[in-house]
Amino acid sequence: MKIDIKHVAKLANLKLKDKDLPKFEKQLNEIVAYVEKLNEVDTKNVEITSQVTGLENIIREDIPAPSLTQEEVLSGTKSKHNGLFKVKAILDSES
Amino acid sequence: MNNGLNTLTIRESLEGLRNKEFSSVELTRACLDQIKKYNSDINAFLTINERAINEARRADEARENGSDSPLLGIPIALKDMFLTKGLRTTAASHVLENYIPQYDSTVVQKLKDAGAIILGKTNHDAWAHGSSGENSDFGPTKNPWNKEYVPGGSSSGSAASVAADMTIASTGTDTGGSIRLPASFTNTVGLKPTYGLVSRYGIIAMASSLDSIGHFTKTVEDSAIFLNVTAGNDPMDATTTKNKIPNHLEDLDKGVKGFKIGVPKEYFTQGLDSNIKKNIEGAIKKFEELGAEIIEISLPHTEYGIACYYIIQPSEVSSNLARYDGIRYGNDRTRFGDEAVRRIILGTFTLSSGYYEAYYKKAMQARTLIRQDFEEAFKKVDAIISPVSPTPPWELGEKVDDPLKMYLSDVYTVIANLAGIPGLAVPSGFIGDLPTGFQILGPQFSEKLLFRIGHAFEQTQERKVLEK
Repeated sequence: MKIDIKHVAKLANLKLKDKDLPKFEKQLNEIVAYVEKLNEVDTKNVEITSQVTGLENIIREDIPAPSLTQEEVLSGTKSKHNGLFKVKAILDSES
Repeated sequence: MNNGLNTLTIRESLEGLRNKEFSSVELTRACLDQIKKYNSDINAFLTINERAINEARRADEARENGSDSPLLGIPIALKDMFLTKGLRTTAASHVLENYIPQYDSTVVQKLKDAGAIILGKTNHDAWAHGSSGENSDFGPTKNPWNKEYVPGGSSSGSAASVAADMTIASTGTDTGGSIRLPASFTNTVGLKPTYGLVSRYGIIAMASSLDSIGHFTKTVEDSAIFLNVTAGNDPMDATTTKNKIPNHLEDLDKGVKGFKIGVPKEYFTQGLDSNIKKNIEGAIKKFEELGAEIIEISLPHTEYGIACYYIIQPSEVSSNLARYDGIRYGNDRTRFGDEAVRRIILGTFTLSSGYYEAYYKKAMQARTLIRQDFEEAFKKVDAIISPVSPTPPWELGEKVDDPLKMYLSDVYTVIANLAGIPGLAVPSGFIGDLPTGFQILGPQFSEKLLFRIGHAFEQTQERKVLEK
C-alpha cells in the first residue's frame, strides 16, 4: 500500500512544502512496506490489547476542586479578546 | 575549583546532607558549575532554573528545622517533556519554544514535595521521537564519553547530564526505549517502569498506551530511591495502578541465588553486534556465579515487535499532536520538524478510513500475542536478560537520513512497552571508549525484583566515572 501524502497531510492539517514531498514519500513508503511484515502473523480470533495492565471502567468521585484561573488559561495565547480565545471562523471560510 | 560534590549518588548526597558535611546550596552549586562548564560542549540542557539556588537554600532551612524528606536538597534535571509551572517547557520543539506551563506534572509535584531541587530542563528528540537525540529542534546532545557519538535517545540530555555529573539524577520518558537506550549508551542506570506505575499527568503525551515515566541515576539503589517517590496512583491519570506500592529498597541486598533468569534465543541472532553479544554473555556468566539459574526461553513474536510498534505508536502520536494548532498556546503546525511530520502522516494514514483494520487493529492484535509471549515466559523464569541496543552508539549524523534504519535500533526495547512490563538498563562495561549495558525485564509491577537483580550485578562491577 502506498501513502497519498498530499491527501493525508491535508487530513492532518499539515502544510508541506512541495520540495519536501518526494523525500517524505520515499521514507514513508519504505516504512509502510516494512510494517506490512505484520501480515505474516495469524491474528484470527485474537483479542486486541488496548489497556495493557487490564484496567477497565476507572472512575473518580465527582468533587469540585479549584481549577486554573481565566488569566492562567489565556497566558499562552497570542490571540485573545475580552478574556476569550480569538479564533478564525470555522464555518464559512473553508476553502 | 569544583568540590566534586556533583559526582555523588543520591544515597551519598543524602548521607552528606544528613551528617552536615555539606549543604544543598553547595551540592546544587557544584552541579550548576559543571553545567556551566560543559553544557556548551554537550548540549544536555535547554533551560536552567534560575531559582535553583534559592530552592536549595530553602531545603537547607527545612533540614535545619528537622525535615528529612526522601530527596530533600537533591538536585535533579527534568526531561523537557515534563510540565513545570512557570519554567519554560518545549518538548524540544519549535512549536513550544516559548511555552510556560500553568501547572506542574504530578511527578514534578511529587519530586518537589520530596524536597528535590530542579536544576533545569534537558534536551531530547523533539516530542520524544527518536533513538539518538538528533531529532531535537535545538541541536543534538553529544555523548559525554566521546563527543563524535550520539548519547542515545530520545532522553538524550537526561542521560548525558547524569553521565557528565551535571546532576545527581534526572527524569525521562520511555515509549519504545527512550530511557533504556540512552542509559546503555552513557554508562547510567535507566528505569522504564511498568505502564501505569508512574503518573503521566502533565507530561507531554507521545503515545498514550505506551508512555512510561522513569528516570536516570548513577546506581541501581538510587533508581529504587527515586521510584519510591514517583510511583503510585494519581486520580488525574486513570491508567495509574491502585496497587499498594512496595518499598523498592527492601530486599535490595538479598542477591539472586536460586533465581531463574531467562535468555530469549530470538535475541541473540545475526542482528546483534558481536561485541555486545560477548559483553552480555559475560554478564550472564556473572549471574551464574552469583547463584542464578540461566534458562533459554523463546519469545516467538519478537521479530514483529518493530512493525507492531511503528503502527501503534505513530497512530497515537498523530492523535496526541493534533492539539498543537497554535491557538491556545505554542506556535502553529508549520513549526513541526521532519520526524514529527513523518509520524503524524504515518499515524494519520494508519488510522484513516479504510486502513484502520489493516494496520491499527492488526497491530493491536499482534500486541496481544507479544504480551502473551512474555506471560508464557514468566511462568518459567523470574526475569529476562536482554540486549538494549543491537549496536554500540553510532556517530552523529550516521542515521539521520534513514528513518527506518533509526527505527530498527529499537528492536530490543519496544516489546517491553507493547507488553507493559518494566525494564531496567544496567551498565555492563565499555566497548572501546563507549559504554554498553543490558536490560533486565520482569513481569508487570516487578520493579523491586529488577532492582534486586540489577544491584547484585552492579556489586560485581567497578563504577567508571567520567574524568572531567
